[in-house]
Amino acid sequence: MEARANDLKPSGPVAAVLLASGIGGVVLAGLTIAAESSESFANSLAYDLEVGPLSGKTIWAAAAFLVSWGALTAALRKRDMNLGTVGIVAAVLIGLALIGTFAPFFQLFAPE
Amino acid sequence: MDLTTHEFWALIHGVILGGAFLLAFSGGLAGFYGLRPGWVTREGLHERVRRLTLGTTAMAALVWFTVISGTWIVYPWYREETADSPKSLLLANPDTKDWHEFAMEWKEHIAWIAPMLATAAAFIVLYYRDDLIKNQTARKIAMACFIGAFVIAVIAGLLGALITKKAPVS
Repeated sequence: MEARANDLKPSGPVAAVLLASGIGGVVLAGLTIAAESSESFANSLAYDLEVGPLSGKTIWAAAAFLVSWGALTAALRKRDMNLGTVGIVAAVLIGLALIGTFAPFFQLFAPE
Repeated sequence: MDLTTHEFWALIHGVILGGAFLLAFSGGLAGFYGLRPGWVTREGLHERVRRLTLGTTAMAALVWFTVISGTWIVYPWYREETADSPKSLLLANPDTKDWHEFAMEWKEHIAWIAPMLATAAAFIVLYYRDDLIKNQTARKIAMACFIGAFVIAVIAGLLGALITKKAPVS
């Protein structure tokens, strides 16, 4: 059942979704840190007053995931990417997202 | 034996979706692990990939429903600006304030990484279908995304269960 790489569909769309998940996570982490460091910025993310700033953070993170997935798919759909390398880049982005959304880390950015 | 609306949605968010999620994960992980050349007959491959597609797609959908219901339905009740909301009760006591400042603050953010990873895993399976067995790098990456989504969801779910034990949404 082994097959040559050229028997398979191009790996570009897979690279696109992997990178998009990392980008969505990093946007979430970035907004979380920025909202923690500035109350006015946090308030500007409160699109729904009952949910608070988390509403804006999650809307923008989901939008970043979907939009970057679409854009990267359009750009890479016919290309064959090295999935090992793309996997490492995506893992680094997800790692940054995990650090940025860890409460003791992002709370370091809170004003004194 | 009655449940309030708040308790009903907390149950849907934490137990019903969480339980279904665990089932989808178990099936999906077994499917990913066994999808190797030499382990599956040609006849068995199609059936195994069909179940893997079902497991990964179901898990991705469940995680999206879980985070959306948690953030947009249950969380507003948790953080209501009233003296008896769970957040107010936790913050009012120095012995319990870390349940909000650490546990809830971490949970509400990290949970949103899980649906993106679960979607990536499901997409890879849907994209390659039976050919996934021929691309072991893609299989391993999809399995890593799938396990990553599960671990993140377990962290968020466990923190949610412990917070609910301390100060339930009711």
